[in-house]
Amino acid sequence: MALLEIRNLSVEFATHSGKFRAVDGVDVTVDEGELLAIVGESGSGKSVSMLALMGLLPWTATVTADKMEFDGHDLRKISARARRRIIGKDITMIFQEPMSSLNPAFTIGWQIKETLRKHTDLNRSQRQDRAVELMRQVGIPAPEKRLQAYPHQLSGGMSQRAMIAMALANKPKLLIADEPTTALDVTIQAQILELLTDLQRDAGMALVLITHDMGVVAETVQRVQVQYAGQRVELQEVDGLFENPHHPYTAALLAALPERATEKRLPTIPGVVPGQFDRPHGCLFSPRCRFADARCIAERPRPASADLGYALCHYPLIDGLPTGKETAA
Amino acid sequence: MTDSASQPVPQQTFKAPPSRLREFWSSFRENRGAVIGLFVFLGFLVVALLAPVLAPYAPDAQYRDALLVPPFWQEGGSTRFLLGTDALGRDLLSRLIFGARYSFFIGLIVVTLATTCGVLLGVIAGFAPTWLDTLIMRLMDIVLSFPSLLLALVLVAILGPSLLNAMIAIAIVLQPHFVRLTRAAVLTERSKDYVTAARVAGGRKLRIMFRTVLPNCLAPIIVQAALSFSTAVLDTAALGFLGMGAQPPTPEWGTMLAESREFILRAWWVVTFPGLCILVTVLAINLMGDGLRDALDPKLKRS
Amino acid sequence: MLSFLTRRLLTFVPTFIGVTLIAFAFIRLLPGDPILLMAGERGVSAERYEQLRAQFGFDKPMWQQYLDYVWGIFHGDLGTSFVTKKPVLTEFMSLFPATVELGLCAIILATIIGIPAGVIAAVNRGKFFDQALMSTALVGYSMPIFWWALLLIIVFSGWLGWTPVSGRMGLMYFINGPTGFMLIDSLLSGQSGAFRSAVTHLILPTIALATIPLAVIARQTRSAMLEVLGDDYVRTARAKGLSPARVNGVHALRNALIPVVTVIGLSVGTLLAGAILTETIFSWPGIGKWMVDSIFRRDYQVVQGGLLLIALVVMVVNLIVDLLYGLINPKIRKG
Repeated sequence: MALLEIRNLSVEFATHSGKFRAVDGVDVTVDEGELLAIVGESGSGKSVSMLALMGLLPWTATVTADKMEFDGHDLRKISARARRRIIGKDITMIFQEPMSSLNPAFTIGWQIKETLRKHTDLNRSQRQDRAVELMRQVGIPAPEKRLQAYPHQLSGGMSQRAMIAMALANKPKLLIADEPTTALDVTIQAQILELLTDLQRDAGMALVLITHDMGVVAETVQRVQVQYAGQRVELQEVDGLFENPHHPYTAALLAALPERATEKRLPTIPGVVPGQFDRPHGCLFSPRCRFADARCIAERPRPASADLGYALCHYPLIDGLPTGKETAA
Repeated sequence: MTDSASQPVPQQTFKAPPSRLREFWSSFRENRGAVIGLFVFLGFLVVALLAPVLAPYAPDAQYRDALLVPPFWQEGGSTRFLLGTDALGRDLLSRLIFGARYSFFIGLIVVTLATTCGVLLGVIAGFAPTWLDTLIMRLMDIVLSFPSLLLALVLVAILGPSLLNAMIAIAIVLQPHFVRLTRAAVLTERSKDYVTAARVAGGRKLRIMFRTVLPNCLAPIIVQAALSFSTAVLDTAALGFLGMGAQPPTPEWGTMLAESREFILRAWWVVTFPGLCILVTVLAINLMGDGLRDALDPKLKRS
Repeated sequence: MLSFLTRRLLTFVPTFIGVTLIAFAFIRLLPGDPILLMAGERGVSAERYEQLRAQFGFDKPMWQQYLDYVWGIFHGDLGTSFVTKKPVLTEFMSLFPATVELGLCAIILATIIGIPAGVIAAVNRGKFFDQALMSTALVGYSMPIFWWALLLIIVFSGWLGWTPVSGRMGLMYFINGPTGFMLIDSLLSGQSGAFRSAVTHLILPTIALATIPLAVIARQTRSAMLEVLGDDYVRTARAKGLSPARVNGVHALRNALIPVVTVIGLSVGTLLAGAILTETIFSWPGIGKWMVDSIFRRDYQVVQGGLLLIALVVMVVNLIVDLLYGLINPKIRKG
């Protein structure tokens, strides 16, 4: 049975100029102990879908889903209080900006112990021991001393490690890492990623890694979910995805990786993710897709079969070429 | 690429960007409280301007046959004196109407005085060498370390109690805020490229100070001026109330309150109405000031 | 922290010198001969005039007068009241507790209502409670408190008869306790009803004096809360599964408090200015009323000394606020 199962999740934000659909019918499935990556440009709704799961969206957001189940709990019907018993214990999350995600007014130790106090029966000295253990686990030197430090005294990498320690405190079943390395130096990025994947393997917890960096994906994960403009456009095992992407967007993303560039000039994807006012009628990627035709502009595509990576495309690619075009015409 | 071009492109016509004044007004208008404040303020202004026409009696006319008459709706009151009379038989409504004149006069003079001096000193401090800057700012710190009303009170004690002196004293007490504000704004503006450009172009120092930089610092100054207007009205009334501002029989609201203090338990109206006038005026100005701040200074908006 | 403290103390010195200069200049700026002014309408004999001139040092050169004055300050000599013949400092000390008692009660009232109100308004931003609260706060902020105090008297003392009109203590009690704080002394005195009397005397002045700081604190708390509610660490706190009360009341408020403490500190000046009016209206025997009375009595030695002492109090409070600011803002403490 899947640890987390989300079917047809949509999130709409009420704005001054009407409703904005940030997430549009997304499915997410995570098995126990699995490592899933959600990949997409900024604005593709990858963070929003996870924040919706956590119940962390502002009140302007409306969340709808056919199914949203975690570990046997129906998160759609659950009370706020019951949800708070799961959030921070069984599902935890770390964020993009570690420096600002820690409360500047309290020590690191206070903040780690707070989550222990909330979700466990440990007494004061046990909490201290556990905090030290956690700090050691995430590779922070001199943990006793660092526990008494304030966030502004820590570097970005250290702050992210502290955030991870906090997220691990209650041995979660699922950790969501929302662009955990984007704000960090390149050298630190690799360390943090390695730490996360090691912890995931050792602790046997599931990890959802949200990122816009295909390079990160290649090295770490098992399954990849590609999102575009609030929709899931492809879901594949990592090897298959890199070898044979089925959605033109995935293919374009991969082609834009410097490591895979075949030409002198790095290919780019023209245009930007559609916003509130320029949302196409048909396939959302059609304005930027080099294979798009009249049908793509007029008609919304449906997900393809599992062996085609559920590609949300009228003409899923096989070996870089669109299929089924003749029959459709 | 051709595909995307064939997409229906939403028609968009470009109007000329709205003028600054229009932009300001449309943003000001969003704030309901500010608009109400503006109308109340304008209402008081009209009353002040037309006082001799609107007031049924002269403010100092005494009707010995009608001392402490209650307002018309209360037993013993009559429509002859709508809001009743005070202990000397003067029509309260007429005195309140004439009082509006004083309040506006006071606010205007005090704010003009404080703004002019404060902005001048602030610009100088912002451009001056360190020693002069420090000197000015320390002076302002010193003025600010006295509670404003106390300092105004003492200044009036030196100058002698009168409305004019009260206004001068309050202007002196208010102007450090303008100095600080202007200096801070000047310091941020001064480092910007357009100022450097003006300097490189060989602009004279005075011209750069007052024509190049100052106009870009005006937003917070205008807001402060609006809010100071209410402080001026309030503090002058307070001085009047303490007997250190306008002297009887001037129909200044604070002074009227002071005169009627001994009757508070006997004749509620002589106490209630002047204070209510002060409150409504000050409230209207503050509402307007909040709206001004939101409209002029988007950084402060947030809320 | 130490360098912060030193820097802060260094700015204290020139301000202190400036304040002494202003207080010193005060008597000499009065139009006319200060001694004749102080003597009032009764006038003085030529002999007494010379004696007074020597006593106040007006016969010495100006700079020496100033040095003597500062010398006096450091020895606790702020002159003698012309009316009561008591040293100014002694009078100040005997009246100061009354003002402190009133001011403390007012600031406590303003804080314990203002901060939660601001927090609740910010959390319910744009809803009815927020709008109602902020409208009320703006009215409070615009309130002429000398009038507000009179209204309170009309309603609670006049119509309802719940509270006394003025003073600190009922006439039947004689309290001359060790602390100078009527609430404490009346309890210590053991006289039945004395404490009750002290409380009823305190209520109206406290409300009147607290009104403006209350409005300011509520407004500032709300805007500071709105500022921090969107911050990342608040989201982190919610991601921990903490209750909204804990997220808003601990994680967000703790950071929002930093500007609020500054505002509370700044309102001490407002409070002392308000005390001048409030004490005069309620005949509260504190330094505000003392200053006003002295100005009317032309007791200029008292005005001069009081001016200096009050400015000192404001400066010391500002210093304490700055230190407190350092305490609640770790970036300053360790940085």
